[in-house]
Amino acid sequence: MSERKTDPLISIRDLKVHFPLAGGSLFSRSRGMVKAVDGVTLDIYPGETLGLVGESGCGKTTLGRAVLRLTEPTSGQILFRGQDLATLSRTAMRERRRQLQIIFQDPYASLNPRMTVSQIIGEPLETFKLARGEARRQRVRDLMEMVGLSARFLKRYPHEFSGGQRQRIGIARALAVDPDFIVADEPISALDVSIQSQIMNLLDRLRREKNLTYLFISHDLRAIRHVSDRVAVMYLGRIVELAPARSVYTNPLMPYTKALISAVPVPDPKVEASRRRIVLEGDVPSPINPPAGCRFHTRCPYAIEACRNVEPQLVQIKPDHFAACIRISPEQPDIERVAPGAAPGLLDQFEPGLA
Amino acid sequence: MHELMNVNGNLLKVKDLRTYFKTEDGTVKAVDGISFEVERGETLGIVGESGSGKSVANLSLMRLIPDPPGKIVSGSIIFDGHDILKLSSGEVRRIRGKRIAMIFQDPMTSLNPFMRVSKQMMEVTRLHLGHSREEARAHAIKMLEHVGIPDASERVDSYPHEFSGGMRQRVMIAMALSCQPELLIADEPTTALDVTIQAQILELIKTLKAETGASVILITHDLGVVAGITDHILVMYAGKVFEQAPTNELFEQPGNPYTRGLLRSVPDPTSEQGSLYQIPGLPPDLAHLPAGCPFAPRCERAEDVCRRDFPPFVQLTPEHYSLCHFANEVFAESKQEHV
Repeated sequence: MSERKTDPLISIRDLKVHFPLAGGSLFSRSRGMVKAVDGVTLDIYPGETLGLVGESGCGKTTLGRAVLRLTEPTSGQILFRGQDLATLSRTAMRERRRQLQIIFQDPYASLNPRMTVSQIIGEPLETFKLARGEARRQRVRDLMEMVGLSARFLKRYPHEFSGGQRQRIGIARALAVDPDFIVADEPISALDVSIQSQIMNLLDRLRREKNLTYLFISHDLRAIRHVSDRVAVMYLGRIVELAPARSVYTNPLMPYTKALISAVPVPDPKVEASRRRIVLEGDVPSPINPPAGCRFHTRCPYAIEACRNVEPQLVQIKPDHFAACIRISPEQPDIERVAPGAAPGLLDQFEPGLA
Repeated sequence: MHELMNVNGNLLKVKDLRTYFKTEDGTVKAVDGISFEVERGETLGIVGESGSGKSVANLSLMRLIPDPPGKIVSGSIIFDGHDILKLSSGEVRRIRGKRIAMIFQDPMTSLNPFMRVSKQMMEVTRLHLGHSREEARAHAIKMLEHVGIPDASERVDSYPHEFSGGMRQRVMIAMALSCQPELLIADEPTTALDVTIQAQILELIKTLKAETGASVILITHDLGVVAGITDHILVMYAGKVFEQAPTNELFEQPGNPYTRGLLRSVPDPTSEQGSLYQIPGLPPDLAHLPAGCPFAPRCERAEDVCRRDFPPFVQLTPEHYSLCHFANEVFAESKQEHV
């Protein structure tokens, strides 16, 4: 990482989440492992929104859940203010959750249908013994106002609300305990276009007002670009590019990111008519047996023999801009200009500790 | 091919179509008086949010509205000179799947999970094209190859679940195109797909359209998707057509506040971030529409007249219409902003 004045709020170190495949019997080992997250190292700084983008099955949701230990990591560290969450006892972790909250994708599934809005938002206040009686009622009303819901709705049930309103309830619930860090897992994907912009603006306003830090997970590259300070691109369990949002979009380095950015439909017919789209062949390979070497080599238009063998590490190519690709290097960051067959980044792979 | 078909002009002409649903809450006017035309070889985009009526409009075209509770209460759907609403159900069935084909957001709505792909595809061409078993099988393999399924001659005997999401979408497109339809209706064909797969499918639809000369109606909520592929666009809201224009013109100079709001609320990945424009409020409840313009409660420039009177459908240029009391003003403002 480059020089920064502040310490990271969250430091993820070589995090792995492997799931055993179903099908193994009681006496035999399971048939294999789904390597959903396979060696992720990331720092998240206070007050920033780190966007985590990738296609379905890349492991982004599992990574988000593992950071909060809603899914148990297989190995690696999650340092929160210097304390390793991965080694905390369950009770200690439950206590920590006051600072670490999550907003879910599906506002229909994540709210208990038998509880009123007041009960849903007030529950965490009770769990952590933060407020009761009139203080609790007042706090719930404040929270509802904060997320743009009328306090008239206090006694209503989730089914009486629209998708966007339910997402606001979910946000109010996450904010009830005054957290420092929020994982927002696809918070706008289930919403209509006109409502998506409302929720994005709400999350951004709350971040500034309450000095929150977000890990914003989405497959929607336009939304990620809009809300994020930095963006991490994930492919088959690994981070393949990490940079300030602007650089990822204006100057993607790693071929997968290039293809991803070029595939985003732009709402402008003139741009659409003139832009060059990199259409990738085939589908994302299975995370059960990810390709050896660079996991993207099976679909990469620039892959050479070495890409099948060397697993690329995330290396700083430009200031603050990291990419995992052996075919580029700080001297030659543009893959279009690399000599055929050359892998200038190969040497950098052996310098440890850069990622 | 069809010898009697007129080669030029409109393939489809929809006039004043109204599809209503009876619910406990009252009558829901899901589609309320929409009109449009699709020329041969043209791609029309229908854009709207949930509840706008875009999918009901599309199901109405194929007479697939469940009755009850739904009913097409008025209008005409002239397809190649015949009013689909006046045909017998047998006649409609002969058109559906053969001359008009559909693809959906979820391929599993049109694929039978218990039947091999080969059998499903052969059924269609044996019924509509009178193929023999051998002809039908050869044709199915040819179609799968055409849409880019690797090892088509082996994969043809797979079950739908044995394909990935993107490949399943291709299988559905192959099946929809196997009778060389004149009109392909695609309802959110890429919404469930990842962006790289979405790009593949949109390229495929473009290529196939160019090869077969079919007309396409593309229904989506994503203005980005329609920008690159359509010739004309209808913007729907609350069961009405709010704006209708050639694609370039709609994006360059929208004449309706709702369209403008939609365009401004999509983050543009090429520009700097800042606060995103947001349309306030919620999409309307179709059973309890406000008086006047249905968008008025969310519209930043609404005046008293908007809350009182239903807006006129104003013609702005020969092919550009907007449903708004202030259509001309909005149109003029859009032009200024663009300069």
